[in-house]
Amino acid sequence: MGSRHPRGTTALGWGALGLLGAGAYAGFGIAPPDAVQGQVQRIMYLHVPAAWVSLYVASALVLVGSAVYLWRRQPAWDRLARSAVEVGAVFTALTLVTGSIWGKPTWGAWWTWDARLTTTALLLVIYIGYLMVRGVVEDPDRAARFAAIVGILGVLDVPIIHMSVVWWRTLHQPPSVLRMEGAPTMAPVMLFALLLNMTAYTVLFVYLLRRKMELEAIRDACRAAKP
Amino acid sequence: MSPLRRAGALAWKDVTVELRRKESLNSMLFFGAVVLMIFQFALGPGPERIQAAAAGLLWLAFVFTGVLGLARSFQVEQEDGCLDELLLAPGGREALFLGKLLGNLAFLLVVEVLILPLFGILYNLDLWAALPALILVVVLASLGLATLGTLLSAMTVHMRAREVMLPLLLFPLAVPVLLGAVAASQSALAGEAMGTALPWLKLLGGFDVLFLTASLLAFDAVVAD
Repeated sequence: MGSRHPRGTTALGWGALGLLGAGAYAGFGIAPPDAVQGQVQRIMYLHVPAAWVSLYVASALVLVGSAVYLWRRQPAWDRLARSAVEVGAVFTALTLVTGSIWGKPTWGAWWTWDARLTTTALLLVIYIGYLMVRGVVEDPDRAARFAAIVGILGVLDVPIIHMSVVWWRTLHQPPSVLRMEGAPTMAPVMLFALLLNMTAYTVLFVYLLRRKMELEAIRDACRAAKP
Repeated sequence: MSPLRRAGALAWKDVTVELRRKESLNSMLFFGAVVLMIFQFALGPGPERIQAAAAGLLWLAFVFTGVLGLARSFQVEQEDGCLDELLLAPGGREALFLGKLLGNLAFLLVVEVLILPLFGILYNLDLWAALPALILVVVLASLGLATLGTLLSAMTVHMRAREVMLPLLLFPLAVPVLLGAVAASQSALAGEAMGTALPWLKLLGGFDVLFLTASLLAFDAVVAD
């Protein structure tokens, strides 16, 4: 995906920086404070985009990369999967930390076992499990195969985990953007700022993913060149 | 020989060996009992907290115990140098997976059935009324645990730090099974009609079907050279 066009990646990086700046201005400057939560609500512009990237973008790429690698056995797809896991894990940790910071003043607790937090925490554990599998298997082809299976099983399991924990208990706010009925419940300015930040984070993720994949491609080439 | 017969033969081999050596079954049984006892120290000495948590504790005990047995299922083959022979046997590899699954499921169910009365005694619970519902939950959840556990055991047998990798990979993936098992067991122990726990039983059943299929598909990639 990125290994042959590092200049394109750099341009993407500048684009991400610009969007992040615009998003920060929109979220922390233009958008009004929340009627109920006040200024604290602004962390949503950091937390929701991170959650979007880690739960949907990263996991989708892990699934696709792992599945196509198992089917085609082309190293580039494995690079996609493992890079998506690594960068995705960082975004997942970011989601949990920003969510925790948001939760303390609003819910009174750093952590609760509601559906979304639990699922996100388990997603992080699954990502870490994937990375550990790569670390403890000697043969790199075998490691890639095992990790791909763990990746597929993990990502397929996440919606089931989420559903079962939702049934178990829920405390989190109902989704206000991806609502089934359609109309989001936020003021238009806030929605705009949120979507801008979500775009910015997605571009940032793709930039980091491409950089990671370029690095992995170089690593693979070095390993192959060793006598 | 059809795959099912080969699977049956393999499971029979595992069961026979285990009945003679009894090392896995004994250690699993004692470990389960010890775990149940230790929970008393965490939540006792009064009965209220431990009875409120009873279903969860039971399934924690089953899961921890199960991991012990699951870890050994492919390890014994590798230790005795039999894994390659099993893989070289003619016919598809599904029989190997199913055979190991049946063996693991059998051990898990035997241990669970023996631990249940101990659980009733230690936590002062009347299990008789809940027994039919409990048995259904135990069978469905154990199938889910055994399915994932067998696949992951085949995978982790090739890893360094395999003792920690199997639970590390199994526990997050098996969360829906754990939740369903605990919720349905709680419902059964509370004397509710089986209908109230039906969504959980459906979750368990659906999970079993989904991951049995996925494991059968993935097994070849796991044991391939």
